[in-house]
Amino acid sequence: MPTDHSRYGGPAILAHWLIAALILTLLPLGLYMHGLPLSPGKLQLYAWHKWLGITVLVLAALRLAWRLAHRPPAPAWQLRIAELTHRLLYVLMLAVPLSGWLMSSAKGFPVVWFGVLPLPDLVSKDAELATLFQQMHFVFNYSLTALLGLHIAGALKHALIDRNATLSRMLPDFGRK
Amino acid sequence: MKSILQPTLRSFLLATACAVAGPAAAVEYTQVQPAASKLDFTFRQMNVPIAGNFRRFNVLLAFDPAHPEQGKATFEVDLASVDVGSAEANDEVGGKDWFNFKATTSARFVAQSFRALGNDRYEVRGPLALKGRSREVSATFTLQERNGQALVDGTFPLRRLEFGIGEGSWGDPSVVADQVDVRFHLVATPAAGKSR
Repeated sequence: MPTDHSRYGGPAILAHWLIAALILTLLPLGLYMHGLPLSPGKLQLYAWHKWLGITVLVLAALRLAWRLAHRPPAPAWQLRIAELTHRLLYVLMLAVPLSGWLMSSAKGFPVVWFGVLPLPDLVSKDAELATLFQQMHFVFNYSLTALLGLHIAGALKHALIDRNATLSRMLPDFGRK
Repeated sequence: MKSILQPTLRSFLLATACAVAGPAAAVEYTQVQPAASKLDFTFRQMNVPIAGNFRRFNVLLAFDPAHPEQGKATFEVDLASVDVGSAEANDEVGGKDWFNFKATTSARFVAQSFRALGNDRYEVRGPLALKGRSREVSATFTLQERNGQALVDGTFPLRRLEFGIGEGSWGDPSVVADQVDVRFHLVATPAAGKSR
């Protein structure tokens, strides 16, 4: 089967949209739950936020490994701004969940993935470290939000103004030939 | 012959006397050292284990490992000294749904029976009074004697819902589990000049 270099591969497309959906859920969820008074509902939201955040970490790591082994489609990649954005997005896709995990450990709350798989504490309970990681988590998330804005604006510009295939390379190929 | 045997026999008798007297010279531990003793617990929130403790508690103890059935113990726990692992939860836990500090200041456990389980292990039973309710609980513990001190380490499962700890919306055990594992570590010494 010849490899189609004008498109991303199936796993890359799946990982991209799965992570996109998770990030677009987690960003507003994190912002919302942070301000809630303590309640059982808040604890449930925090648990889901952590479970899905660790899921992003796993998917992003897999995706990065895939990306390093597979060349992306060539055209438009040369644009330095796009390349830089993508690199930073990869860094943040790992740094955001990692800083969240670190914050949770430092606050004395272990992470049990989906309530089933206990993850190791990255640091022991420490109030000062917890504040530091919380600030990091915030800064990384605001950076991620800004970059996502740039990333989405770029994709829309290619699709709507330039009317080229930049966006469709990342869209699922539902039986198209 | 006699001159050789005599001292040998004497030292043998002395050694035998000491060996017999050793375990029989039982010690009753009555002074619990507050600074060295701990009352901790682990509860589960969304299946995540979280550690907490009570900083202030008082134990009245009279326990002789050689006669456990005659043991006495009373635990009095200052509820307001609780730390449930985070500032946010510590603000919540004094409220009406939880310990209700305004109405109850302490929890009290009075041992009614002790039983030796072998290998330095014991079981203690008695009523625990907490938040206006009283339920019989039982704990197992080990007691090891070292350098004139007794090191007591025990644990028991507390069913928080039986005592109304976490009522209303907090009554859902799928968020905060019903079972809280309580652990006590006591360092006790005999009363001065009272070892038998």
